[in-house]
Amino acid sequence: MFPTPIDKTSRAWQLTYQTMLPLALIMWLLPLIAVAIFSVKPAADFASGNYWGMPSSFDFLANYTRVFAESPMPRYILNSFFITVPTVIGAVALSCMTGFALGVYKFKGNIWIFFLFVAGNFVPFQILMVPVRDMTISLGLYDTKTGLVMFHIAFQTGFCTLFMRNFIKALPHELIEAARVEGVAEWRIFWYVVLPLMKPAIAALSVLIFTFIWNDFFWAVVLTQGPDSQPVTAGITSFNAQFGTAYHMLSAGSIIAALPPVAMFFLMQKHFIAGLTLGAVK
Amino acid sequence: MTDSALADVAALGPKKPWWRRNQQKVTPWLFLAPGILFFLVYVIVPIFQSFQISFLDWDGLGQKEFIGLGNYVELMDDEAFYTSLKNNIIWLTLYLLAVPAGLFIALFLNQTVTGIRLYKSLFFFPFVISQVVVGLVFSWFYDPTFGLMNEFIGLFGLGPIAVLGDERFVTYGIIAAGLWPQTAYCMILYLTGLNAVDPEQIEAARLDGAKGIKMLWYVVLPQLRPATFIAFVVTIIGALRSFDLISIMTQGGPWGSSRVLSFYMYEKSLSEYGFRMGYGAAIAVILFLIMMVFITIFLVKMYRDEKG
Repeated sequence: MFPTPIDKTSRAWQLTYQTMLPLALIMWLLPLIAVAIFSVKPAADFASGNYWGMPSSFDFLANYTRVFAESPMPRYILNSFFITVPTVIGAVALSCMTGFALGVYKFKGNIWIFFLFVAGNFVPFQILMVPVRDMTISLGLYDTKTGLVMFHIAFQTGFCTLFMRNFIKALPHELIEAARVEGVAEWRIFWYVVLPLMKPAIAALSVLIFTFIWNDFFWAVVLTQGPDSQPVTAGITSFNAQFGTAYHMLSAGSIIAALPPVAMFFLMQKHFIAGLTLGAVK
Repeated sequence: MTDSALADVAALGPKKPWWRRNQQKVTPWLFLAPGILFFLVYVIVPIFQSFQISFLDWDGLGQKEFIGLGNYVELMDDEAFYTSLKNNIIWLTLYLLAVPAGLFIALFLNQTVTGIRLYKSLFFFPFVISQVVVGLVFSWFYDPTFGLMNEFIGLFGLGPIAVLGDERFVTYGIIAAGLWPQTAYCMILYLTGLNAVDPEQIEAARLDGAKGIKMLWYVVLPQLRPATFIAFVVTIIGALRSFDLISIMTQGGPWGSSRVLSFYMYEKSLSEYGFRMGYGAAIAVILFLIMMVFITIFLVKMYRDEKG
Protein backbone atom coordinates (compact mmCIF):
# COMPACT_ATOMS: atom_id res chain seq x y z
CA MET A 1 0.00 0.00 0.00
CA PHE A 2 1.13 3.53 -0.74
CA PRO A 3 1.65 5.70 1.22
CA THR A 4 2.80 3.63 4.21
CA PRO A 5 -0.16 2.49 6.33
CA ILE A 6 -0.56 4.86 9.21
CA ASP A 7 -0.49 2.15 11.87
CA LYS A 8 3.04 1.26 10.79
CA THR A 9 4.34 4.77 11.37
CA SER A 10 5.52 6.51 14.52
CA ARG A 11 3.04 7.40 17.26
CA ALA A 12 3.65 11.12 16.68
CA TRP A 13 2.81 10.90 13.00
CA GLN A 14 -0.29 8.85 13.77
CA LEU A 15 -1.54 11.56 16.09
CA THR A 16 -0.74 14.30 13.58
CA TYR A 17 -2.67 12.45 10.92
CA GLN A 18 -5.66 11.93 13.18
CA THR A 19 -5.87 15.64 13.94
CA MET A 20 -5.16 16.77 10.38
CA LEU A 21 -7.95 14.70 8.94
CA PRO A 22 -10.92 16.59 10.45
CA LEU A 23 -9.15 19.94 10.04
CA ALA A 24 -8.56 19.32 6.36
CA LEU A 25 -12.16 18.29 5.92
CA ILE A 26 -13.45 21.45 7.58
CA MET A 27 -11.20 23.61 5.38
CA TRP A 28 -12.29 21.70 2.30
CA LEU A 29 -16.00 22.03 3.04
CA LEU A 30 -15.83 25.48 4.57
CA PRO A 31 -17.92 27.14 1.84
CA LEU A 32 -20.65 24.56 2.31
CA ILE A 33 -20.53 24.70 6.08
CA ALA A 34 -20.91 28.46 5.83
CA VAL A 35 -23.99 28.10 3.63
CA ALA A 36 -25.47 25.55 6.00
CA ILE A 37 -25.02 27.96 8.91
CA PHE A 38 -26.35 30.87 6.84
CA SER A 39 -29.49 28.92 6.15
CA VAL A 40 -30.46 28.61 9.81
CA LYS A 41 -29.72 32.20 10.78
CA PRO A 42 -32.46 34.76 11.33
CA ALA A 43 -32.58 37.75 8.97
CA ALA A 44 -31.61 40.06 11.82
CA ASP A 45 -28.15 38.53 12.02
CA PHE A 46 -27.33 39.68 8.50
CA ALA A 47 -28.73 43.12 9.14
CA SER A 48 -26.52 43.51 12.19
CA GLY A 49 -23.45 42.27 10.33
CA ASN A 50 -23.22 38.93 12.12
CA TYR A 51 -22.21 36.96 9.04
CA TRP A 52 -19.67 34.55 10.41
CA GLY A 53 -20.52 34.41 14.08
CA MET A 54 -22.85 31.90 15.65
CA PRO A 55 -26.54 32.35 14.79
CA SER A 56 -28.30 34.41 17.43
CA SER A 57 -31.18 31.96 17.13
CA PHE A 58 -31.82 28.85 15.07
CA ASP A 59 -34.44 29.67 12.49
CA PHE A 60 -34.14 26.46 10.57
CA LEU A 61 -37.86 25.79 10.35
CA ALA A 62 -38.87 29.37 9.59
CA ASN A 63 -36.35 29.81 6.78
CA TYR A 64 -37.00 26.54 5.06
CA THR A 65 -40.77 26.84 5.36
CA ARG A 66 -40.56 30.27 3.80
CA VAL A 67 -38.65 28.88 0.83
CA PHE A 68 -41.44 26.42 0.24
CA ALA A 69 -44.31 28.76 0.97
CA GLU A 70 -43.22 32.01 -0.62
CA SER A 71 -41.31 31.04 -3.73
CA PRO A 72 -41.89 28.76 -6.72
CA MET A 73 -39.17 26.50 -5.31
CA PRO A 74 -41.48 23.46 -4.83
CA ARG A 75 -42.50 23.82 -8.47
CA TYR A 76 -38.85 23.93 -9.62
CA ILE A 77 -37.96 20.89 -7.55
CA LEU A 78 -40.91 18.98 -8.95
CA ASN A 79 -39.93 20.01 -12.48
CA SER A 80 -36.42 18.75 -11.85
CA PHE A 81 -37.81 15.36 -10.88
CA PHE A 82 -40.09 15.25 -13.90
CA ILE A 83 -37.13 16.03 -16.13
CA THR A 84 -34.55 13.84 -14.43
CA VAL A 85 -36.45 10.60 -13.86
CA PRO A 86 -37.70 10.08 -17.44
CA THR A 87 -34.26 11.00 -18.77
CA VAL A 88 -32.58 8.40 -16.59
CA ILE A 89 -35.06 5.72 -17.68
CA GLY A 90 -34.83 6.68 -21.35
CA ALA A 91 -31.06 7.00 -21.59
CA VAL A 92 -30.40 3.82 -19.64
CA ALA A 93 -32.93 1.84 -21.72
CA LEU A 94 -31.53 3.06 -25.02
CA SER A 95 -27.96 2.43 -23.99
CA CYS A 96 -28.67 -1.07 -22.70
CA MET A 97 -29.71 -1.81 -26.26
CA THR A 98 -26.87 0.00 -28.02
CA GLY A 99 -24.36 -1.37 -25.54
CA PHE A 100 -25.64 -4.88 -26.16
CA ALA A 101 -25.42 -4.46 -29.93
CA LEU A 102 -21.91 -3.00 -29.82
CA GLY A 103 -20.55 -5.25 -27.10
CA VAL A 104 -21.83 -8.63 -28.26
CA TYR A 105 -21.89 -8.59 -32.06
CA LYS A 106 -19.05 -8.37 -34.50
CA PHE A 107 -20.06 -6.48 -37.60
CA LYS A 108 -18.58 -4.00 -40.00
CA GLY A 109 -18.59 -0.49 -38.62
CA ASN A 110 -19.05 -1.61 -35.02
CA ILE A 111 -16.13 0.37 -33.68
CA TRP A 112 -16.97 3.45 -35.76
CA ILE A 113 -20.50 3.61 -34.44
CA PHE A 114 -19.07 3.21 -30.97
CA PHE A 115 -16.63 6.06 -31.57
CA LEU A 116 -19.44 8.21 -32.92
CA PHE A 117 -21.19 7.92 -29.57
CA VAL A 118 -17.99 8.55 -27.64
CA ALA A 119 -16.97 11.59 -29.67
CA GLY A 120 -20.48 13.05 -29.62
CA ASN A 121 -20.51 12.77 -25.87
CA PHE A 122 -17.51 15.11 -25.60
CA VAL A 123 -18.54 17.90 -27.98
CA PRO A 124 -19.11 21.35 -26.51
CA PHE A 125 -22.81 22.03 -25.94
CA GLN A 126 -22.58 25.28 -27.86
CA ILE A 127 -22.09 23.53 -31.18
CA LEU A 128 -25.52 21.95 -30.69
CA MET A 129 -27.25 24.92 -29.15
CA VAL A 130 -28.69 26.86 -32.08
CA PRO A 131 -29.93 23.86 -34.13
CA VAL A 132 -31.32 22.00 -31.11
CA ARG A 133 -33.12 25.06 -29.83
CA ASP A 134 -34.48 25.69 -33.28
CA MET A 135 -35.70 22.13 -33.66
CA THR A 136 -37.25 22.16 -30.19
CA ILE A 137 -39.17 25.31 -31.09
CA SER A 138 -40.41 23.88 -34.38
CA LEU A 139 -41.51 20.66 -32.65
CA GLY A 140 -43.54 22.83 -30.27
CA LEU A 141 -41.47 21.57 -27.37
CA TYR A 142 -39.76 24.81 -26.41
CA ASP A 143 -40.31 25.66 -22.76
CA THR A 144 -41.64 22.19 -21.98
CA LYS A 145 -40.19 19.49 -19.79
CA THR A 146 -40.62 17.04 -22.66
CA GLY A 147 -38.32 19.11 -24.84
CA LEU A 148 -35.57 18.97 -22.25
CA VAL A 149 -36.10 15.27 -21.60
CA MET A 150 -35.84 14.45 -25.31
CA PHE A 151 -32.56 16.26 -25.67
CA HIS A 152 -31.08 14.88 -22.47
CA ILE A 153 -31.96 11.31 -23.40
CA ALA A 154 -30.33 11.73 -26.79
CA PHE A 155 -27.18 13.35 -25.49
CA GLN A 156 -26.71 11.06 -22.50
CA THR A 157 -27.06 8.04 -24.77
CA GLY A 158 -23.51 8.86 -25.92
CA PHE A 159 -21.93 8.50 -22.51
CA CYS A 160 -24.22 5.65 -21.48
CA THR A 161 -23.36 3.68 -24.60
CA LEU A 162 -19.65 4.04 -23.89
CA PHE A 163 -20.28 2.78 -20.40
CA MET A 164 -22.64 -0.10 -21.23
CA ARG A 165 -20.65 -1.34 -24.18
CA ASN A 166 -17.47 -1.59 -22.11
CA PHE A 167 -19.36 -3.32 -19.33
CA ILE A 168 -20.99 -5.86 -21.63
CA LYS A 169 -17.75 -6.50 -23.46
CA ALA A 170 -16.18 -7.55 -20.18
CA LEU A 171 -18.95 -10.10 -19.44
CA PRO A 172 -18.13 -13.78 -20.02
CA HIS A 173 -19.01 -14.39 -23.66
CA GLU A 174 -19.44 -18.15 -23.12
CA LEU A 175 -22.85 -17.54 -21.55
CA ILE A 176 -24.10 -16.02 -24.77
CA GLU A 177 -22.51 -18.74 -26.92
CA ALA A 178 -24.09 -21.41 -24.75
CA ALA A 179 -27.50 -19.81 -25.12
CA ARG A 180 -27.05 -19.64 -28.89
CA VAL A 181 -26.20 -23.32 -29.09
CA GLU A 182 -29.44 -23.99 -27.23
CA GLY A 183 -31.21 -22.08 -29.98
CA VAL A 184 -32.33 -19.18 -27.84
CA ALA A 185 -33.49 -16.20 -29.90
CA GLU A 186 -31.16 -13.18 -29.85
CA TRP A 187 -33.62 -10.82 -28.17
CA ARG A 188 -34.24 -13.45 -25.51
CA ILE A 189 -30.50 -13.63 -24.93
CA PHE A 190 -30.58 -9.89 -24.35
CA TRP A 191 -33.55 -10.08 -22.02
CA TYR A 192 -32.83 -13.25 -20.05
CA VAL A 193 -29.05 -13.62 -20.17
CA VAL A 194 -27.42 -10.22 -20.56
CA LEU A 195 -29.85 -7.82 -18.91
CA PRO A 196 -29.80 -9.56 -15.50
CA LEU A 197 -26.00 -9.37 -15.54
CA MET A 198 -26.17 -5.66 -16.25
CA LYS A 199 -27.91 -4.76 -13.01
CA PRO A 200 -24.81 -3.24 -11.36
CA ALA A 201 -24.08 -1.19 -14.48
CA ILE A 202 -27.69 -0.03 -14.66
CA ALA A 203 -27.57 1.04 -11.02
CA ALA A 204 -24.27 2.88 -11.48
CA LEU A 205 -25.43 4.67 -14.60
CA SER A 206 -28.77 5.63 -13.12
CA VAL A 207 -27.24 7.41 -10.14
CA LEU A 208 -24.67 9.11 -12.32
CA ILE A 209 -27.15 10.31 -14.92
CA PHE A 210 -29.52 11.43 -12.20
CA THR A 211 -26.80 13.71 -10.83
CA PHE A 212 -25.71 14.99 -14.24
CA ILE A 213 -29.23 15.86 -15.34
CA TRP A 214 -30.32 17.27 -12.00
CA ASN A 215 -27.32 19.59 -12.08
CA ASP A 216 -27.70 20.62 -15.71
CA PHE A 217 -27.94 24.35 -16.09
CA PHE A 218 -27.04 25.17 -19.67
CA TRP A 219 -29.84 23.31 -21.44
CA ALA A 220 -32.34 24.39 -18.85
CA VAL A 221 -31.55 27.99 -19.73
CA VAL A 222 -31.50 27.38 -23.48
CA LEU A 223 -34.65 25.28 -23.78
CA THR A 224 -36.96 26.56 -21.04
CA GLN A 225 -38.07 29.71 -19.29
CA GLY A 226 -40.29 30.31 -16.31
CA PRO A 227 -41.45 28.17 -13.39
CA ASP A 228 -43.77 25.98 -15.46
CA SER A 229 -40.97 23.95 -16.92
CA GLN A 230 -37.65 25.14 -15.51
CA PRO A 231 -35.67 22.85 -13.25
CA VAL A 232 -34.26 24.04 -9.97
CA THR A 233 -30.80 24.92 -11.31
CA ALA A 234 -32.27 27.51 -13.65
CA GLY A 235 -34.98 28.46 -11.18
CA ILE A 236 -32.48 29.43 -8.56
CA THR A 237 -31.46 32.47 -10.60
CA SER A 238 -34.96 33.91 -10.40
CA PHE A 239 -35.10 32.78 -6.79
CA ASN A 240 -31.97 34.88 -6.37
CA ALA A 241 -33.64 37.85 -7.94
CA GLN A 242 -36.63 37.45 -5.65
CA PHE A 243 -34.67 37.27 -2.41
CA GLY A 244 -31.82 39.58 -3.37
CA THR A 245 -29.63 39.94 -0.33
CA ALA A 246 -31.66 37.72 1.96
CA TYR A 247 -28.73 35.37 2.42
CA HIS A 248 -30.51 33.05 4.81
CA MET A 249 -33.20 32.44 2.18
CA LEU A 250 -30.73 32.03 -0.65
CA SER A 251 -28.76 29.55 1.41
CA ALA A 252 -31.81 27.54 2.36
CA GLY A 253 -32.87 27.51 -1.30
CA SER A 254 -29.43 26.38 -2.49
CA ILE A 255 -29.34 23.59 0.04
CA ILE A 256 -32.76 22.35 -0.98
CA ALA A 257 -31.65 22.41 -4.62
CA ALA A 258 -28.52 20.44 -3.85
CA LEU A 259 -30.13 17.88 -1.57
CA PRO A 260 -31.57 15.28 -3.99
CA PRO A 261 -28.30 14.47 -5.79
CA VAL A 262 -26.45 14.51 -2.49
CA ALA A 263 -28.95 12.11 -0.95
CA MET A 264 -28.71 9.94 -4.07
CA PHE A 265 -24.94 9.90 -3.78
CA PHE A 266 -24.95 8.85 -0.16
CA LEU A 267 -27.55 6.14 -0.67
CA MET A 268 -25.88 4.68 -3.72
CA GLN A 269 -22.27 5.63 -3.09
CA LYS A 270 -20.77 2.34 -4.14
CA HIS A 271 -22.55 2.41 -7.49
CA PHE A 272 -21.84 6.07 -8.05
CA ILE A 273 -18.11 5.69 -7.67
CA ALA A 274 -18.07 2.47 -9.66
CA GLY A 275 -19.79 4.39 -12.43
CA LEU A 276 -17.39 7.29 -12.42
CA THR A 277 -14.30 5.17 -12.45
CA LEU A 278 -15.33 2.39 -14.79
CA GLY A 279 -12.69 2.11 -17.43
CA ALA A 280 -10.30 4.33 -15.52
CA VAL A 281 -8.85 1.44 -13.63
CA LYS A 282 -8.48 -2.02 -15.04
CA MET B 1 -55.09 -25.88 -46.70
CA THR B 2 -54.78 -24.73 -50.32
CA ASP B 3 -52.24 -26.09 -52.74
CA SER B 4 -50.29 -22.87 -52.98
CA ALA B 5 -49.85 -22.65 -49.23
CA LEU B 6 -48.54 -26.18 -49.20
CA ALA B 7 -46.11 -25.27 -51.97
CA ASP B 8 -44.83 -22.35 -49.87
CA VAL B 9 -44.13 -24.58 -46.93
CA ALA B 10 -42.43 -27.11 -49.19
CA ALA B 11 -40.26 -24.37 -50.69
CA LEU B 12 -38.92 -23.51 -47.24
CA GLY B 13 -38.06 -27.14 -46.92
CA PRO B 14 -34.87 -28.01 -45.10
CA LYS B 15 -33.72 -24.40 -45.33
CA LYS B 16 -34.26 -22.39 -42.16
CA PRO B 17 -36.64 -19.43 -42.43
CA TRP B 18 -35.08 -16.05 -43.33
CA TRP B 19 -35.28 -14.72 -39.81
CA ARG B 20 -33.55 -17.74 -38.38
CA ARG B 21 -30.68 -17.43 -40.85
CA ASN B 22 -30.16 -13.70 -40.55
CA GLN B 23 -31.01 -13.18 -36.94
CA GLN B 24 -27.46 -12.54 -35.84
CA LYS B 25 -26.86 -10.02 -38.61
CA VAL B 26 -30.08 -8.07 -38.18
CA THR B 27 -30.39 -8.06 -34.40
CA PRO B 28 -27.57 -5.59 -33.64
CA TRP B 29 -29.07 -3.08 -36.05
CA LEU B 30 -32.50 -3.40 -34.52
CA PHE B 31 -30.99 -2.80 -31.11
CA LEU B 32 -28.95 0.14 -32.35
CA ALA B 33 -31.72 1.83 -34.30
CA PRO B 34 -33.47 3.86 -31.57
CA GLY B 35 -30.23 4.97 -29.94
CA ILE B 36 -28.60 5.96 -33.21
CA LEU B 37 -31.74 7.75 -34.37
CA PHE B 38 -31.92 9.87 -31.22
CA PHE B 39 -28.22 10.57 -31.27
CA LEU B 40 -28.19 11.52 -34.94
CA VAL B 41 -31.13 13.87 -34.66
CA TYR B 42 -30.00 15.66 -31.50
CA VAL B 43 -26.22 15.48 -31.65
CA ILE B 44 -24.62 14.55 -34.96
CA VAL B 45 -26.84 16.42 -37.41
CA PRO B 46 -26.85 19.63 -35.30
CA ILE B 47 -23.05 19.71 -35.43
CA PHE B 48 -23.21 19.97 -39.23
CA GLN B 49 -26.11 22.41 -39.04
CA SER B 50 -24.03 24.66 -36.81
CA PHE B 51 -21.29 24.69 -39.44
CA GLN B 52 -23.91 25.73 -41.99
CA ILE B 53 -25.43 28.39 -39.76
CA SER B 54 -21.97 29.86 -39.14
CA PHE B 55 -22.00 30.99 -42.79
CA LEU B 56 -25.29 32.84 -42.34
CA ASP B 57 -26.42 36.18 -41.09
CA TRP B 58 -29.50 35.14 -39.14
CA ASP B 59 -31.41 36.38 -36.12
CA GLY B 60 -33.06 33.03 -35.50
CA LEU B 61 -36.46 34.05 -36.86
CA GLY B 62 -36.22 36.15 -40.00
CA GLN B 63 -34.52 35.81 -43.34
CA LYS B 64 -31.31 33.78 -43.52
CA GLU B 65 -28.65 35.46 -45.55
CA PHE B 66 -25.60 33.60 -46.78
CA ILE B 67 -22.49 35.62 -46.09
CA GLY B 68 -19.79 33.00 -46.58
CA LEU B 69 -16.90 33.49 -44.22
CA GLY B 70 -18.27 36.86 -43.11
CA ASN B 71 -18.76 35.83 -39.50
CA TYR B 72 -15.27 34.40 -39.27
CA VAL B 73 -13.75 37.51 -40.80
CA GLU B 74 -15.58 39.61 -38.24
CA LEU B 75 -14.33 37.33 -35.45
CA MET B 76 -10.75 38.05 -36.45
CA ASP B 77 -11.28 41.69 -35.51
CA ASP B 78 -13.39 41.07 -32.43
CA GLU B 79 -11.55 41.98 -29.28
CA ALA B 80 -14.06 40.12 -27.11
CA PHE B 81 -13.30 36.97 -29.08
CA TYR B 82 -9.62 37.24 -28.22
CA THR B 83 -10.40 37.91 -24.56
CA SER B 84 -12.54 34.77 -24.53
CA LEU B 85 -9.89 32.73 -26.29
CA LYS B 86 -7.22 33.94 -23.89
CA ASN B 87 -9.44 33.08 -20.92
CA ASN B 88 -10.06 29.65 -22.39
CA ILE B 89 -6.33 29.07 -22.45
CA ILE B 90 -5.99 30.25 -18.85
CA TRP B 91 -8.83 27.93 -17.88
CA LEU B 92 -7.26 25.01 -19.70
CA THR B 93 -3.89 25.52 -18.05
CA LEU B 94 -4.97 26.23 -14.50
CA TYR B 95 -7.81 23.73 -14.46
CA LEU B 96 -5.22 21.00 -14.91
CA LEU B 97 -4.05 21.77 -11.38
CA ALA B 98 -7.02 19.65 -10.36
CA VAL B 99 -5.09 16.57 -11.44
CA PRO B 100 -2.08 16.87 -9.07
CA ALA B 101 -4.33 18.34 -6.37
CA GLY B 102 -6.65 15.36 -6.69
CA LEU B 103 -3.68 13.00 -6.47
CA PHE B 104 -2.43 14.79 -3.38
CA ILE B 105 -5.75 14.49 -1.55
CA ALA B 106 -6.12 10.88 -2.66
CA LEU B 107 -2.71 10.05 -1.19
CA PHE B 108 -3.66 11.87 1.99
CA LEU B 109 -6.88 9.88 2.33
CA ASN B 110 -5.51 6.51 1.22
CA GLN B 111 -5.34 5.09 4.72
CA THR B 112 -7.35 2.58 6.67
CA VAL B 113 -8.22 4.46 9.83
CA THR B 114 -11.69 4.43 11.36
CA GLY B 115 -14.22 6.56 9.56
CA ILE B 116 -12.03 7.05 6.49
CA ARG B 117 -14.82 5.99 4.17
CA LEU B 118 -16.98 8.79 5.44
CA TYR B 119 -14.08 11.20 4.99
CA LYS B 120 -13.58 10.07 1.42
CA SER B 121 -17.21 10.61 0.52
CA LEU B 122 -17.36 13.99 2.27
CA PHE B 123 -14.30 15.10 0.34
CA PHE B 124 -16.12 14.11 -2.83
CA PHE B 125 -19.11 16.25 -1.91
CA PRO B 126 -18.31 19.33 -4.04
CA PHE B 127 -18.54 17.27 -7.21
CA VAL B 128 -22.06 16.08 -6.45
CA ILE B 129 -23.66 19.48 -6.03
CA SER B 130 -24.59 21.65 -8.98
CA GLN B 131 -22.12 24.20 -10.29
CA VAL B 132 -24.91 26.71 -9.92
CA VAL B 133 -24.78 26.24 -6.17
CA VAL B 134 -20.97 26.17 -6.18
CA GLY B 135 -21.01 29.47 -8.08
CA LEU B 136 -23.39 31.10 -5.60
CA VAL B 137 -21.41 29.90 -2.62
CA PHE B 138 -18.13 31.16 -4.03
CA SER B 139 -19.52 34.54 -4.97
CA TRP B 140 -20.43 35.02 -1.31
CA PHE B 141 -17.06 33.71 -0.32
CA TYR B 142 -15.45 36.44 -2.49
CA ASP B 143 -17.85 39.20 -1.49
CA PRO B 144 -15.79 42.28 -0.60
CA THR B 145 -18.08 43.45 2.22
CA PHE B 146 -18.68 40.26 4.15
CA GLY B 147 -16.98 37.42 2.24
CA LEU B 148 -15.02 34.90 4.23
CA MET B 149 -11.98 35.37 2.01
CA ASN B 150 -11.74 39.05 2.85
CA GLU B 151 -12.21 38.38 6.54
CA PHE B 152 -9.26 36.06 6.20
CA ILE B 153 -6.89 38.32 4.25
CA GLY B 154 -8.02 41.11 6.57
CA LEU B 155 -6.17 39.23 9.32
CA PHE B 156 -2.97 40.02 7.43
CA GLY B 157 -3.98 43.65 6.99
CA LEU B 158 -4.86 43.17 3.33
CA GLY B 159 -7.90 43.82 1.25
CA PRO B 160 -10.71 44.01 0.80
CA ILE B 161 -10.44 42.68 -2.74
CA ALA B 162 -13.52 42.51 -4.94
CA VAL B 163 -12.33 39.38 -6.74
CA LEU B 164 -15.29 39.16 -9.09
CA GLY B 165 -15.41 42.88 -9.78
CA ASP B 166 -11.77 43.20 -10.72
CA GLU B 167 -10.66 42.48 -14.27
CA ARG B 168 -7.30 41.28 -13.03
CA PHE B 169 -8.62 38.63 -10.68
CA VAL B 170 -12.02 37.62 -11.94
CA THR B 171 -11.07 34.70 -14.20
CA TYR B 172 -8.72 33.27 -11.60
CA GLY B 173 -11.42 33.58 -8.96
CA ILE B 174 -13.89 31.63 -11.07
CA ILE B 175 -11.31 28.99 -11.95
CA ALA B 176 -10.56 28.53 -8.24
CA ALA B 177 -14.26 27.85 -7.71
CA GLY B 178 -14.21 25.36 -10.59
CA LEU B 179 -11.11 23.63 -9.26
CA TRP B 180 -12.96 22.74 -6.10
CA PRO B 181 -15.37 20.17 -7.60
CA GLN B 182 -12.91 19.13 -10.30
CA THR B 183 -10.24 18.26 -7.72
CA ALA B 184 -12.80 16.12 -5.94
CA TYR B 185 -13.45 14.28 -9.19
CA CYS B 186 -9.75 13.63 -9.83
CA MET B 187 -9.37 12.54 -6.22
CA ILE B 188 -11.98 9.80 -6.64
CA LEU B 189 -10.30 8.59 -9.84
CA TYR B 190 -6.98 8.35 -8.02
CA LEU B 191 -8.44 6.74 -4.90
CA THR B 192 -9.84 3.97 -7.06
CA GLY B 193 -6.55 3.77 -8.92
CA LEU B 194 -4.59 3.45 -5.70
CA ASN B 195 -6.77 0.52 -4.71
CA ALA B 196 -5.51 -1.33 -7.75
CA VAL B 197 -1.81 -0.61 -7.19
CA ASP B 198 0.08 -3.84 -6.81
CA PRO B 199 1.17 -4.20 -3.15
CA GLU B 200 3.93 -6.66 -4.04
CA GLN B 201 5.67 -4.14 -6.26
CA ILE B 202 5.45 -1.58 -3.47
CA GLU B 203 6.96 -4.04 -1.02
CA ALA B 204 9.72 -4.99 -3.45
CA ALA B 205 10.54 -1.33 -4.03
CA ARG B 206 10.58 -0.75 -0.28
CA LEU B 207 13.11 -3.52 0.16
CA ASP B 208 15.20 -1.75 -2.48
CA GLY B 209 15.07 1.34 -0.30
CA ALA B 210 12.60 3.40 -2.34
CA LYS B 211 10.27 5.67 -0.42
CA GLY B 212 8.40 8.95 -0.49
CA ILE B 213 8.60 10.96 -3.70
CA LYS B 214 10.89 8.45 -5.41
CA MET B 215 8.50 5.61 -4.73
CA LEU B 216 5.60 7.75 -5.96
CA TRP B 217 7.35 8.76 -9.16
CA TYR B 218 8.95 5.48 -10.20
CA VAL B 219 6.62 2.85 -8.80
CA VAL B 220 3.17 4.25 -8.03
CA LEU B 221 2.55 6.80 -10.78
CA PRO B 222 3.31 4.41 -13.65
CA GLN B 223 0.65 2.11 -12.24
CA LEU B 224 -1.78 5.00 -11.98
CA ARG B 225 -1.48 5.87 -15.65
CA PRO B 226 -5.04 4.86 -16.61
CA ALA B 227 -6.43 7.04 -13.82
CA THR B 228 -4.18 9.93 -14.80
CA PHE B 229 -5.27 9.67 -18.40
CA ILE B 230 -8.96 9.80 -17.54
CA ALA B 231 -8.33 12.65 -15.09
CA PHE B 232 -6.68 14.65 -17.87
CA VAL B 233 -9.48 13.93 -20.32
CA VAL B 234 -12.31 14.93 -18.01
CA THR B 235 -10.44 18.00 -16.77
CA ILE B 236 -9.60 19.30 -20.24
CA ILE B 237 -13.13 18.75 -21.48
CA GLY B 238 -14.47 20.34 -18.29
CA ALA B 239 -12.23 23.38 -18.72
CA LEU B 240 -13.34 23.97 -22.30
CA ARG B 241 -16.99 23.42 -21.42
CA SER B 242 -16.96 25.85 -18.49
CA PHE B 243 -20.14 27.88 -18.65
CA ASP B 244 -22.24 27.50 -15.52
CA LEU B 245 -19.84 29.18 -13.11
CA ILE B 246 -19.21 32.15 -15.37
CA SER B 247 -22.89 32.61 -16.03
CA ILE B 248 -23.77 32.44 -12.33
CA MET B 249 -20.84 34.33 -10.85
CA THR B 250 -20.21 37.21 -13.27
CA GLN B 251 -22.28 36.96 -16.45
CA GLY B 252 -18.95 37.34 -18.22
CA GLY B 253 -18.18 40.63 -16.51
CA PRO B 254 -16.79 43.00 -15.47
CA TRP B 255 -16.80 44.41 -19.00
CA GLY B 256 -16.59 40.99 -20.56
CA SER B 257 -13.28 40.23 -18.93
CA SER B 258 -14.29 36.80 -17.64
CA ARG B 259 -15.91 35.55 -20.84
CA VAL B 260 -14.84 32.29 -22.38
CA LEU B 261 -15.83 31.04 -25.83
CA SER B 262 -18.72 28.94 -24.55
CA PHE B 263 -20.18 31.90 -22.70
CA TYR B 264 -19.49 34.44 -25.42
CA MET B 265 -21.23 32.22 -27.93
CA TYR B 266 -24.31 32.04 -25.73
CA GLU B 267 -24.27 35.76 -25.20
CA LYS B 268 -24.08 36.50 -28.91
CA SER B 269 -26.89 34.10 -29.80
CA LEU B 270 -29.38 34.30 -26.96
CA SER B 271 -29.16 37.39 -24.85
CA GLU B 272 -29.92 41.05 -24.79
CA TYR B 273 -26.77 41.55 -26.86
CA GLY B 274 -28.79 40.31 -29.80
CA PHE B 275 -29.77 37.16 -31.53
CA ARG B 276 -26.87 36.67 -33.88
CA MET B 277 -27.20 32.95 -34.51
CA GLY B 278 -24.66 32.90 -37.34
CA TYR B 279 -22.01 34.72 -35.37
CA GLY B 280 -22.67 32.54 -32.34
CA ALA B 281 -22.42 29.42 -34.46
CA ALA B 282 -19.06 30.60 -35.81
CA ILE B 283 -17.75 30.93 -32.25
CA ALA B 284 -19.14 27.48 -31.44
CA VAL B 285 -17.40 26.03 -34.49
CA ILE B 286 -14.05 27.40 -33.30
CA LEU B 287 -14.62 25.96 -29.84
CA PHE B 288 -15.66 22.66 -31.40
CA LEU B 289 -12.48 22.52 -33.51
CA ILE B 290 -10.31 23.17 -30.46
CA MET B 291 -12.17 20.45 -28.58
CA MET B 292 -11.86 18.06 -31.53
CA VAL B 293 -8.07 18.08 -31.13
CA PHE B 294 -8.45 16.60 -27.66
CA ILE B 295 -11.31 14.30 -28.61
CA THR B 296 -9.22 12.90 -31.46
CA ILE B 297 -6.27 12.23 -29.18
CA PHE B 298 -8.63 10.43 -26.83
CA LEU B 299 -10.18 8.35 -29.61
CA VAL B 300 -6.79 7.40 -31.07
CA LYS B 301 -5.72 6.12 -27.67
CA MET B 302 -8.98 4.20 -27.31
CA TYR B 303 -8.51 2.72 -30.78
CA ARG B 304 -5.02 1.50 -29.87
CA ASP B 305 -6.29 -0.02 -26.64
CA GLU B 306 -9.04 -1.83 -28.55
CA LYS B 307 -6.57 -3.25 -31.06
CA GLY B 308 -3.88 -3.97 -28.52
